[in-house]
Amino acid sequence: MAQKTVELTLGRTPEMGVGGKPVMGPLAPIDMPEPDMESENMLVNIGPQHPATHGVLRLVCELDGETVVKCTPHIGYLHSSFEKLGEYRTWNQIVPLTDRMDYLAPLIYNCAYIMSVEAMMGIEVTERCKLTRVIMMELDRIFGHLLWLGTFVMDLGAFTPFLYTFTERERIYRLHEAYTGARITTSATRVGGMMSDMPEGWAQGVRDFCHGLPRTLEECETLLDNHGIFLSRCQGIGVISGEDALNYGLTGANLRGSGVPYDVRKDQPYYDYETYDFEIPVGEYGDSYDRYLCRMEEMKQSLRILHQALDRLEKAKGPMDVEDPRITLPSKTDAMSDMESMIHHFKLVTEGLHAPVGESYFPVEASKGELGMYVVSDGGTKPVRWRVRPPSFVNLAALPSMLEGHLLSDLITINASIDIVLGEIDR
Amino acid sequence: MADERSGFDAVVEGPKPSYQGELSPVQVQSPGEVHESVEALRDLFGEAVLRHDVVANGQHIVFVPPERNLEILTWLRDDPEQQYDLLRDVTAVDYGGGQPLQVVYQLFSFFHKNALCVKCELPLDDLEIESVVSLWKAANWLEREVYDLFGITFKNHPDLRRILMPPDYAEGHPLRKDFPLRGRFSRAEQTRRALSQDLDHYYFDAEIERGGEPQELPPVAKTGEEAPE
Repeated sequence: MAQKTVELTLGRTPEMGVGGKPVMGPLAPIDMPEPDMESENMLVNIGPQHPATHGVLRLVCELDGETVVKCTPHIGYLHSSFEKLGEYRTWNQIVPLTDRMDYLAPLIYNCAYIMSVEAMMGIEVTERCKLTRVIMMELDRIFGHLLWLGTFVMDLGAFTPFLYTFTERERIYRLHEAYTGARITTSATRVGGMMSDMPEGWAQGVRDFCHGLPRTLEECETLLDNHGIFLSRCQGIGVISGEDALNYGLTGANLRGSGVPYDVRKDQPYYDYETYDFEIPVGEYGDSYDRYLCRMEEMKQSLRILHQALDRLEKAKGPMDVEDPRITLPSKTDAMSDMESMIHHFKLVTEGLHAPVGESYFPVEASKGELGMYVVSDGGTKPVRWRVRPPSFVNLAALPSMLEGHLLSDLITINASIDIVLGEIDR
Repeated sequence: MADERSGFDAVVEGPKPSYQGELSPVQVQSPGEVHESVEALRDLFGEAVLRHDVVANGQHIVFVPPERNLEILTWLRDDPEQQYDLLRDVTAVDYGGGQPLQVVYQLFSFFHKNALCVKCELPLDDLEIESVVSLWKAANWLEREVYDLFGITFKNHPDLRRILMPPDYAEGHPLRKDFPLRGRFSRAEQTRRALSQDLDHYYFDAEIERGGEPQELPPVAKTGEEAPE
């Protein structure tokens, strides 16, 4: 092997940080030639049971010394064939399968699936339902990003932010539980509405959470933004250009970190997102640090949306579910006293909902990137095909190219910075 | 005899589509709606636009012949009026009953904010189509998944291997309609295979070749013996 220089790119730490606070300088770059040794590349297996792979991801790496020459991700250890199972279930019965995919932000999955089915059936949900779903999706975007923040910095050696973020996540867990009765497997949506109207005081609970979160984020930023070790382990690590990122199909903060302002909420708005006042943060360099900055900013923007949606919710006092007996179950009183309601109830429970012939690909901005729910119906009560376009799956496919030439320890950074969840990759 | 059927029979037989027609169902057609890209495709490729559907939520689907997919998708990506630079999804749909498999490309133009769905229908006896990895690298894993779960071969794919199922999976392609929900092998055989410690269950051929045989651990010296060399 020829002489080689191991060099860290650390050129862009500003000397003065935000608010005039001095920024600690990065660690000194290592610039030393590798000893010229006769050696073969080594094949190293990482995972599937490894805490830094964020689930059951297995990476087979070919190493030259400590440099990753080639990395092959092996996935499928969590494969449960949800898509096949969905073909044996009625439209509403699929909802519990969806929140088991991205168990870090389950409500987004619940909502995205049901929105796709409703788009195919041509159902327009009520204003109150729309707002509830927007609140749920933004809440779970924060939910997913908080876990990402905690585990990302823990992989880099910082333990404290993990405790802070999990304290905040616990608050969202309680909101989940108060609404749906479950902390993770929420299954909150039904075709044409929600499982129920929100319990008393729930909206106020969300408001309280929104009030407390900025302080926690600020604490985390104080710990991280000026931290020399954190900066030197993130900046210039895992760089991907905007053009490449688009070609690799990256979405979410991974694409925006590379400077491409693509967000489904802006580019193909659903649920009146075009009427909300919020910004799309974009990075400049496309490295792990920019992805970190993007996600931090996204949480703050989600808070803005939450405040607006909660204000609108106070004015939207109408019903939660669409009042169509072919879609939503009648009230229990009606089903027991009214003949027609009872027939509808019986048909809906025993047969399930009939969808027209058609299909729909419905993209939603999930916490990991663009989540596309593709449902195909042949006119029956079960889907012919239910396909999930998992954002993590496509994002992970770009990992080997982002890794090339980096050190093995940077593999942990890059893998953590692209924010994957194996539940939706393997499905 | 109806009462001899067990509850699992329906599971083994697989889902029965309520649609019994011969061709894949024609979807909601809205002849009034036009899509610029489809019109441009019609002008340039003429006969290659086999069908143009507009489904319920205003999504446009254009059917093209499978042998011309690369040519048409290249044009859709590179033409300055189209610029479909984001490949959102590649997947397949099996309607069952011997109908052709559909390969579905979901495209999005970041510049023009346009979405388009391109479909190719492959007859069951010729499940081959040109890979689009040369256009979008995003197609790499997505096509591997379609190959794994549907058995569609993508020609000129750089790395066509199974992705979700293990490399030595022998039961077929799970998302096809003729694949029973519980798999083709018995439960005992499935368990035996899952627990097999063969190398080719865990590594692909290229990796076994690269890494060589796993090294044997040196024998442990028993107490009172000298350490073996």
